Amino acid sequence: MTAHTFIFQGETLLALPSGGLFWPAQRVICVSDLHLGKSDRMARRGGPLLPPYETIATLDRLAQDIAATDPATVICLGDSFDDVTAAETLADAPKDRLSTLMAGRRWVWISGNHDPGPINLGGTHLADYRHGRLVFRHIAAPPATGEVSGHYHPKARLVLRGRRLSRPCFLFDRDRLILPAYGAYTGGLFCDRPALAELMASGAEAILLGTPPIRLPMPR
Amino acid sequence: MTRALPPQITGWFDSRGWSIHPHQQAMLDRADQPCQLLIAPTGGGKTMAGFLPTLADLADGSHQGLHTLYVSPLKALAADIKRNLTGPITEMGLPIRVEDRTGDTSSHTKRRQRADPPHILLTTPESLALLVSYSDADRIFAGLKRIIVDEIHALAESKRGDQLMLALSRLSTLAPGLRRVGLSATVEDPAAIARILACHPDPCDILQADPGPDPDIAMLTIEAPPPWSGGGGKYAISAVLAEIKKHRTTLIFHNTRAQAELFFHHLWLANDDQLPIGIHHGALAREQREKVEQAMVEGRLRAIVCTGSLDLGIDWGDVDLVIQIGAPKNVKRLVQRIGRANHRYNAPSKALIVPANRFEVIECTAALDAVRAHQLDGDTDHTGPLDVLCQHILIRACAGPFRADELFEEVRQTGAYADLARETFDRCLEFAATGGYALRAYDQWQRLIQGPDGQWQLRDPRRAARIRMNIGTIVDADKMQVRYQKTRGGAPLGEVEEYFAAALRKGDTFLIGGQIVRFEGLREMVVEVSRTPTQKPKIATFMGTKFATSTQLSDRILEMFRQSDWPGLPQHTRDWLALQRKISRLPERDRLLVETFPHDGREHLVAYGFAGRNAQQTLGLLITQRMEGMGLNPMGFVATDYATLIWGLDRLDDPRPLFSRDNLVETMEAWLADNAVMKRTFKGSAIIAGLIERNQPGAARKSGRQATFSTDILYDTLRKYDPGHIMLAITRTEAMRGLVDFGRIEGMLARIAGRIDHVRLPRVSPLAAPLFLEPGRIPIAGMADQRLLEAEAARLMTTAGLVP
Repeated sequence: MTAHTFIFQGETLLALPSGGLFWPAQRVICVSDLHLGKSDRMARRGGPLLPPYETIATLDRLAQDIAATDPATVICLGDSFDDVTAAETLADAPKDRLSTLMAGRRWVWISGNHDPGPINLGGTHLADYRHGRLVFRHIAAPPATGEVSGHYHPKARLVLRGRRLSRPCFLFDRDRLILPAYGAYTGGLFCDRPALAELMASGAEAILLGTPPIRLPMPR
Repeated sequence: MTRALPPQITGWFDSRGWSIHPHQQAMLDRADQPCQLLIAPTGGGKTMAGFLPTLADLADGSHQGLHTLYVSPLKALAADIKRNLTGPITEMGLPIRVEDRTGDTSSHTKRRQRADPPHILLTTPESLALLVSYSDADRIFAGLKRIIVDEIHALAESKRGDQLMLALSRLSTLAPGLRRVGLSATVEDPAAIARILACHPDPCDILQADPGPDPDIAMLTIEAPPPWSGGGGKYAISAVLAEIKKHRTTLIFHNTRAQAELFFHHLWLANDDQLPIGIHHGALAREQREKVEQAMVEGRLRAIVCTGSLDLGIDWGDVDLVIQIGAPKNVKRLVQRIGRANHRYNAPSKALIVPANRFEVIECTAALDAVRAHQLDGDTDHTGPLDVLCQHILIRACAGPFRADELFEEVRQTGAYADLARETFDRCLEFAATGGYALRAYDQWQRLIQGPDGQWQLRDPRRAARIRMNIGTIVDADKMQVRYQKTRGGAPLGEVEEYFAAALRKGDTFLIGGQIVRFEGLREMVVEVSRTPTQKPKIATFMGTKFATSTQLSDRILEMFRQSDWPGLPQHTRDWLALQRKISRLPERDRLLVETFPHDGREHLVAYGFAGRNAQQTLGLLITQRMEGMGLNPMGFVATDYATLIWGLDRLDDPRPLFSRDNLVETMEAWLADNAVMKRTFKGSAIIAGLIERNQPGAARKSGRQATFSTDILYDTLRKYDPGHIMLAITRTEAMRGLVDFGRIEGMLARIAGRIDHVRLPRVSPLAAPLFLEPGRIPIAGMADQRLLEAEAARLMTTAGLVP
């Protein structure tokens, strides 16, 4: 797999091209902001009827990562569903797909701002989750250290010899690591925007998704 | 049979010593035709010819409610016609109320117009589509007798025209016996326009007016040679100023807004006599535009710098000179613009063309020849696009329940949709109702539902508001308003494209409405600026529309290249072509000239296809794709109307395989699917068809951008999970004839039939040199991209003292 290997809090981690994070020593895979059921929620609210395939597209991607890494623990870092109704009304096909993926693994649902309530899909539901030296939660909560979070959907943009390029990315500094959104229908927030630029310490780095992912000083 | 006019009208003509033009009388005589097309030159009293039967009908004051609907492609034109109609009506003492209704009309007035419509309503295709969507449309249009479509040639091949004609099919049902009148400038193929206008199967009668004398048209002679590239025409400022002084009123046309802004700015810097000169284009705020229009009507301006927003039939009276800056991309447009000058019928119009760069000298010369030879650009066959039909179905649903069979029959009365298959219609209806996905996901949320009586209707009537907010077929880049900062609600200046605004940094200066302003910040999707004393804007300016050169004009240019010398061209351009012939060779119509040379440490290839900008761009994509496959590491390309320049890392020895027609369509389809042009086309069609909504209630865009995502994702998802979806089919059709312009590439490759002249040069050729100055370079996201990104990452990490 063409992942990028980096060290965070003394732990060796892999940034996967899909936007997932793999921790080989602990056999943990972590994905953030799946936003399953997004098209359904938009239709329900009288919005546009988008192609209803993002749930299956996202689960396909997750299945590939799980098949490649064979994790013992899967952590979904919040906003796994676009809202509570989306979780409750998940269609049978994706539900079965999810059950297959969950079978034989520890599965942790961290609650996010979109899906705070309980989910009837099995697995463990937590506001945050500590595993070894790392703590997993949805939204970064300074001054925590060793914190892995999501929520912001970070993206980086840069200009290379006059050409503009923008990709989703991981962001990390000494204390915190922020994952890109994993869901198919997700936009992003540029890391030079104040919300992210002020959150990340100076010297922070970015890993841009791609094959392979590419590591840069975080664009500001 | 000659129809007589009421005494008020004949008296008015007599009192001015005017007589009715023969074609005006002919239009009056044919007032009962179900459909009538009038072809007349600008200034031929066309509009009056269209309105005379209406005035005659309304003279006795017995008609109640709406009688005549007038549709023009431009808001400004509607306002102008209102002025020009109200004057005579008042003087004739006719009991007729005339009002206009456009995007600029206040919501208060719009509401009143629905309750109490005037006798004559002047509007635009978008405003009409909106009117048709109201549930009281049947009441508003019940007594409608006539509809006049002005400047129909300008709408004929566009989606705006398609939308308009679909709205007309609606009106013909609401007001049986409704008569249609089309007013058109001189066109090559009147029958094609008549077919679009007709309410099928009824015929459309064509009336040709006397075309009038030939225009007096020439290239403006300027001492200094034009620059090698660019479109501003700045070098011509003093010569243009001298012409303005010699004439009463001059219109100065530009092909893009950006160029108009820059030119206007430089004109004022050189305007030592403080001649009153104004600027007018579609991106300016309404207040700004109206001020200029008013000043023009009152004869207070000596010149107006403008774009297409003044292009169509606006009667400003006293214009005695038209200057066209930059080559007109098609000849039809040139003739139209020339028509602006001198609105006196039977007097020749006067026009000057200013080529903006060296190549345009050639293009302008060819265009002038075409005008003198009366060879206008031909019209192409036009079949109605399905995204517009999808929108029309939603508009119909807003007005109330409908039967699919009836709507299908109604749509087929429209020329562009006369051959529409029922199956295709049903797919569009399905799309409008449920999204049309293979996976049935939205059964409970679908947009349209079928009632027990078989009629289709909105599931939730509140959705009508959302649909109405997204009516229209013009899909530009997203626009943002520009305002002066100061207080809340500073004076509006106009609009800029969103991506332009996104690139601005505080303190950047740019031009808008002839002012140099300083960017202060964004506030809720408004660009806030302040006045600045700067003389020179830091950021060039925003983009405008780019047109492709017509086939006919390209052919004329290639024909010119065959001459042994060019005594008709200015010396500098003559020398340029001679040098090209000496160093390399000149492109020929039935052969393809390909030059390769090293430059600046990279390999370059130029293919002179003369297929127009869009097709040359597609050629660039096709060729670079093949080069990528051959391991030549192409890095990017840039296209103009006549050539494509490609640069890359490795040298090419034999270009022949690159231009082979084998598997061209297959190669095309395969890579096209994954290409930026398709994604851009998809976005446009998705907006028009109502798959995504550009405008949302409350305009509540979240402050963080996490919520919005690119339409590219939707495109990729559909391709993977629902490849048979109708939006993909629509996108493909659209791209092939629009941005991709595949037909012209196929035509070119068929014509050259493998006759490729490869010239290897030690350096850039004379004809290729201007290409290096062209904006709009397109990068190739191939292996070269990843190579550069990795190199940049390594450089940045090292600079930052980090080890990758």
